[in-house]
Amino acid sequence: MGEIFGVPTQVLFGQLLIGLINGSFYAMLSLGLAVIFGLLNIINFTHGAQYMMGAFAAYFLLNKLGLNYWWSLALAPIAVGATGVVVERLMLSRLYKLDHLYGLLLTFGLALVIQGVFRNEFGSTGLPYPMPSQLAGAKNLGFMFLPNYRAWVIVASLLVCTATWFVIERTKLGAYLRAATENPAMVQAFGVNVPRMITLTYGFGVALAGFAGVMAAPIYQVNPLMGADIIIVVFAVVVIGGMGSIMGAILTGFGLGVVEGLTKVFYPEATNTVIFVIMGIVLLIRPQGLFGSR
Amino acid sequence: MADDAYKPRASHDPVAEARYERRAFVVMMALFLVAPMVVYPVFVMKALCFALFACAFNLLIGFGGLLSFGHAMFLGAAGYVSAHAAKEWGLPPEIAILAGTAASTVLGVLTGLLAIRRQGIYFAMITLALAQLVFFLAVQAPFTHGEDGIQAVPRGKALGLFDLSSPYVMYYFVLATFTAGFLLIYRIIHSPFGQVLKAIRENEPRAISLGYRTERYKLAAFVLSAGLAGLAGATKAIVFQLASLTDVHWSMSGEVVLMTLVGGLGTIFGPVVGAFAIITMENYLAELGSWFTITQGAIFVVCVLAFRRGIMGELEAWLRRRRIG
Repeated sequence: MGEIFGVPTQVLFGQLLIGLINGSFYAMLSLGLAVIFGLLNIINFTHGAQYMMGAFAAYFLLNKLGLNYWWSLALAPIAVGATGVVVERLMLSRLYKLDHLYGLLLTFGLALVIQGVFRNEFGSTGLPYPMPSQLAGAKNLGFMFLPNYRAWVIVASLLVCTATWFVIERTKLGAYLRAATENPAMVQAFGVNVPRMITLTYGFGVALAGFAGVMAAPIYQVNPLMGADIIIVVFAVVVIGGMGSIMGAILTGFGLGVVEGLTKVFYPEATNTVIFVIMGIVLLIRPQGLFGSR
Repeated sequence: MADDAYKPRASHDPVAEARYERRAFVVMMALFLVAPMVVYPVFVMKALCFALFACAFNLLIGFGGLLSFGHAMFLGAAGYVSAHAAKEWGLPPEIAILAGTAASTVLGVLTGLLAIRRQGIYFAMITLALAQLVFFLAVQAPFTHGEDGIQAVPRGKALGLFDLSSPYVMYYFVLATFTAGFLLIYRIIHSPFGQVLKAIRENEPRAISLGYRTERYKLAAFVLSAGLAGLAGATKAIVFQLASLTDVHWSMSGEVVLMTLVGGLGTIFGPVVGAFAIITMENYLAELGSWFTITQGAIFVVCVLAFRRGIMGELEAWLRRRRIG
């Protein structure tokens, strides 16, 4: 078995894989945040709670309705996205004329409520969610074992991220969206229903979080607090990447996941903190973020 | 007006305004002086520490327009340093508290230099992320004793004279600390420095064109707020003889935002009222576990949607209407 910098390759590639998995989640979550921020100008603090709701939706669909993982992958994001639409219509839409910080405070409060309710019902130990049988097992790549499900997470995340990028940057719908980000009043004057677009955009961003939650369910346990800490890391990812570009959010997400994985190999004490340290360095050198514009 | 509720209204009658503030201060001090005869002193001490914490936070958002979502790092770090100084180094309580305050001030300089490079929502996210960094450092550093925290911190004798093991002596010591911090914040707000801060909050490009180095003013406000939050945390550690991870956790950063929001962002007495309201609520709901979190979240939502001026903001608006009408 070979070694690289005194580290067995098996360990190195194992951590790289974990890093890519984490990076998949960072990318999907920060992408959702960036899409929402682009049009609504608010930071969606509820994102972590909505990611958790996606995992719980998968759990309910399996245990109450007997619908398997693949059904959940399609239905859970729709269900979570629908709750997002309700939240936007009932609450967020009242705040657009105010300072953007109120949106942050409102979504923070909502996250507390949602996480509290789920913890009340399900405790904080976490519920198991079985791996889909089609993706059980692993492949021997020669230098390491690659569990099929984990490979699937990376591929699916890349697909979803690329599709989102394509829709926003390369389609007519995306062009409307980008135009509304620049100048909502003008787009409205051209006859586009901007308020509905805002509602659906929020719903879509939230659905992305729900999708990430379903993907996470078989890897991590389904836990009411699973979104509470990851959301802070994702905020740091967003600061590092800058929210100006969709592709930036995706690349930063994956990149930082890998960096985190490598840190675990070479300096495990800093695994939890490395992303925050990188954020500090980026702020010193390029305050607008790696892909941001002033 | 409700649009920017966290910005205090320009006062039309500074004399009346100053009279109101003096009267309110006298009422507040009178209540605090007799409070321990009526209410359990430890409860009021806790509320006073949080009131100072909220006032320090309010200095930044209410008068500097900067929303920090990571103020727990100052509360917690100062608590750890003062608890360590009192327990391991055997320093007297007032020196331990000063050491904690100094530590949070230094932390304020370091984090402030990074955070003020962005504004608005980014500023909130950066402070939150930096506070999470401090949280993980507190989990891992040996001197904080991880999950256990620093326990059984001796209260000692303040200035070599006052034995703080008596709850009443401790209470008036805490009250003196709170009052000193409160008056300092009041002084800062009404100083030329405070006026420049307001100008920056209202229109930063204009303040720059008038020749102000706005970065420096924002950094100074951040450091002052961090130091005063640290004073609250250091005092709290001596009162409860404990420094723990609770005080550096992000939920604590959220709690101080909530206290200030409930009391009234950008009002002078609002944070004090908000801190007492939330601590009282916590007292009754503590045994209900996650219901407390749910209630907190619900109050956030209600305040943002329908009660943005907070208790003191509404009260002051009512007083102003009455004076005009």
